[in-house]
Amino acid sequence: MSEPQTTTPATGEPLLEVDNVTLRFGGVVALDGVDFTLYRGEILGLIGPNGAGKTTCFNAMTGVFRPTSGEMRFDGERVSGRKRYEITRMGIARTFQNIRLFPEMTALENVLVGADARHRTSVVGALFRLYRVPVKRHELTEVTAAGLAGAAQRLRRTGQRIFGLSRHVLEERAARQKAEALLRFVGVEGRLNELARNLSYGEQRRLEIARALATEPKLLCLDEPAAGFNPAEKEQLLQLIRKIRDTGVTVLLIEHDMRLVMGVTDRIVVLEFGRKIAEGSPAEVRDDPKVIAAYLGVPADAA
Amino acid sequence: MNIHFVVNDFWELVVTGLTQGAIYALVALGYTLVYGVLKLINFAHSEVFMVGTFASWLTWTWLGLGVNSKVPPLIQVLGYVVIAMIVAAFASGATALVIERVAYRPLRRRNAPSLIFLITAIGASLVLFEAVGLIVHRQPRGMPVLVKPVVLFHFLDAAVTNLQLTIIISALAMMAALDFFINRTKWGRGVRAVAQDPQSAALMGVNRDRIIMLIFILGGILAGFASVLYCVKVGITTYDVGFNLGIAAFAAAVLGGIGNLRGALLGGLLLGVVENLGAGLFGNPWRNVVSFLVLVLVLLFRPNGLLGESLGRARV
Amino acid sequence: MTQTNDKPRVGVTDTLRRFDDRRAEAVSGLRQRWSDLPRAWRVGALVALIVVLYALPDLAIPGIRTTETDFTGVLFLVAIYVLIAVGLNVVVGLAGLLDLGYIGFFAVGAYTVAIFGSPNSPVVIKFPWLVCIPIAIALTMISGVLLGWPTLRLRGDYLAIVTLGFGEIIRLIATNSTITNGNRGIAGVPVPPGNWPSFVQTIGIDGEPLGGRALFSINDTRPFYWLALTAVLLCMYGVRRLENSRVGRAWLAVREDEDAAEIMGVPSFRFKLWAFAIGAALGGLSGALFATHNTFFNAESVLLQTSILYVAAVVVGGAGNLLGVTVGAIIISYLPERFREFADYRYLLFGLALIAVMIFRPQGIVPSRRRAVELADRAKEAPTNV
Repeated sequence: MSEPQTTTPATGEPLLEVDNVTLRFGGVVALDGVDFTLYRGEILGLIGPNGAGKTTCFNAMTGVFRPTSGEMRFDGERVSGRKRYEITRMGIARTFQNIRLFPEMTALENVLVGADARHRTSVVGALFRLYRVPVKRHELTEVTAAGLAGAAQRLRRTGQRIFGLSRHVLEERAARQKAEALLRFVGVEGRLNELARNLSYGEQRRLEIARALATEPKLLCLDEPAAGFNPAEKEQLLQLIRKIRDTGVTVLLIEHDMRLVMGVTDRIVVLEFGRKIAEGSPAEVRDDPKVIAAYLGVPADAA
Repeated sequence: MNIHFVVNDFWELVVTGLTQGAIYALVALGYTLVYGVLKLINFAHSEVFMVGTFASWLTWTWLGLGVNSKVPPLIQVLGYVVIAMIVAAFASGATALVIERVAYRPLRRRNAPSLIFLITAIGASLVLFEAVGLIVHRQPRGMPVLVKPVVLFHFLDAAVTNLQLTIIISALAMMAALDFFINRTKWGRGVRAVAQDPQSAALMGVNRDRIIMLIFILGGILAGFASVLYCVKVGITTYDVGFNLGIAAFAAAVLGGIGNLRGALLGGLLLGVVENLGAGLFGNPWRNVVSFLVLVLVLLFRPNGLLGESLGRARV
Repeated sequence: MTQTNDKPRVGVTDTLRRFDDRRAEAVSGLRQRWSDLPRAWRVGALVALIVVLYALPDLAIPGIRTTETDFTGVLFLVAIYVLIAVGLNVVVGLAGLLDLGYIGFFAVGAYTVAIFGSPNSPVVIKFPWLVCIPIAIALTMISGVLLGWPTLRLRGDYLAIVTLGFGEIIRLIATNSTITNGNRGIAGVPVPPGNWPSFVQTIGIDGEPLGGRALFSINDTRPFYWLALTAVLLCMYGVRRLENSRVGRAWLAVREDEDAAEIMGVPSFRFKLWAFAIGAALGGLSGALFATHNTFFNAESVLLQTSILYVAAVVVGGAGNLLGVTVGAIIISYLPERFREFADYRYLLFGLALIAVMIFRPQGIVPSRRRAVELADRAKEAPTNV
């Protein structure tokens, strides 16, 4: 169904190549020849003053906008021109600057929608469940009740032995387990059946991350995940981002909070007015005079 | 298919189409105004028009005119029409205002999604339609002949009657007046401001609710005027007259670019002509199909209409 | 999001609203208690309910029988409305696409059975009923796809107008084309095959025992009702399956935020098209059953107001919620028959109900399962909150 999760990230080879990408809206140049490479297993920070084109860059990567010129290659394949859901299935997932969960769906369902990106059951499969898969012993219905109910369970068990289980049921089961695990992973456990709109702000942000992770991405793009967080929550987020990277997912992070960016990223790309002005390790970027100028002369770590 | 007829009477069909289109344009303005400011299709606007036709009928009945009345002298006709216009504009404007206050404002307060607005609008439309239908026992109401059509002149081998000319000219005059109002007056500036950027407009001290009431009333008044022209032209109304006319007018608004005042004029006239030619070609029952097809095609291939969507001119 | 107005106000509306809130809470509680029951109990209760539903024409439950119209006929009509509501709910409630031309699919289904099955139609070959029904479903599905393919990319409010146009075009075709025979309609629509088993000794309406005679005849409406009820139950089961699958989640996600759904890997257009096709198929099936029961169909049955009534059934009951739309459909079809004196005002009253529900309780009068689960969870979680 899905590739196994690598525990030791193969750092080094390029995962996403952004090659001279330009994006124009009418006369406005939102991205101007942006050029950088994201390596497998790293955490790359994308920073810059407001309106520098960070979110636009995200949008171009996830298929919301199509670059006017230039190209993006993900895992060796072209990204531009593909449908948004195809890009997700290629392995790019994202969160949004202003939270965009499905407010009238429960936390669990939100994550399941993400997991569905890897599922193949469609209308016919879900309706008729004819696509059968042989099952292992532990996947059969367990006989727990006595009497009539127990007899019914036994009957189901026999049926499953003979006909197997439908792909739909197996997918649902696996997805549910995965979703529960992910919710635990990001720290929203215990509120599975709460509607997304009723979760607290911090939980909503973390739920978005869980939903994105459920699509089994190779690259996770976080768009200002710490916006509106207090220092304690930021610290938790920092841990979470590291944990995500440790599961083998490459992370691209847009963030305003310099302490967070400096603390968690391996490398940083700085944009200003849609152009890349610097790239390098956090220390290098911090001391780069162009970057300091871009932030109006304020030393980066004071922001 | 009746190609012969369409070819031979092409200009005749164009002129009658323009007359019909002028009325569409007036009603289309109601859709366009509301859409321009609220980004909402005021589904009930067709019934606002319908109320206007019944207001005209009532006025003339009160004034002692029946279906079989003799055609009165010109001066009196003018009086009858003006009085009917005042009454119909009042009735339609009030209906539109009530719809906005009762059905839309509570939803705006709650920031409801557009689907909910649409359903409420459909509910409002159904209520008006049924209420009038029950009052008139679902029977049509005939009206007196106020203008006897006389051919005034020939335009490219089409006979133009006094009635057609009057309708087209009065519709154009009303539209010019509205254009002036929106583009040249203080109130109009408020409307444009809210259409472009409601938040900034509110910060600059424009009262959004008042502007919204204003556009509903304006749309209602224009629908009222249109309904009088319609009654003079057609001489009969039913409780379900709004449906077909509303759809055509909406199609006209979209064709010209919904939210764009001049687009409504262009769209209305164009749709009137296209529809009339289509009706000539395929037969009268298919008249509506033509306007629907136009609507679908425009939405598919040029969703912003011929002139683009913009109530405030300065919008990018 | 704007905050709700929490000013303490006193007035009739507020009292009503508070009363209604309490009612909704109680229903939620009931739903929760229901889902807390052991599975065996629930299955048992459902079976009992279904038996009662099948027996309904012969049960003398006081107060529910319609006095002026044939009660079984009303039950049939209610079943048809429920079927329509279940189908339209897929489109409006789950996928969030406002379809105002649903009557069009109903008509396509009805006319298909009439044209292919009746000897009085231009199609000379007379197909048996069992063949007509799949043809009807297939044709309505195709018409749904044909309508949806170009229009589902449009914004929601445009889609509503275009579907309304579709309904009107179907009506115009029904009225004006020679195939449909206008208001004179098509008579002689076939009925399903089958005989009463010979051991049935119950006396029919004409005083003869039923055994061995045709099951579906004008003398007895009950088999038609049973047929419609079976269709309703099967379709509900199917829709429930879809709802609890990837498909249902995709619909909800698209309804909630189409862009976010796409970015989370949902091919939204494909699923919207599926919703349209499934909704159309159920609408077509209901039309086909309707024509079967009447053995006649004409253009007068194709009214656009009826289309809006269908939307009202879905929305008033609670869009996206199977129990809700069922209740909505029952209200809209049963009440005017039970209380004939207000049948003439039905559109007016349901129009008012539509506005009132949208303003005061946009989620519909029956709270959804989701909401019930959520309330129960909160009650479990925070007893200290009280």
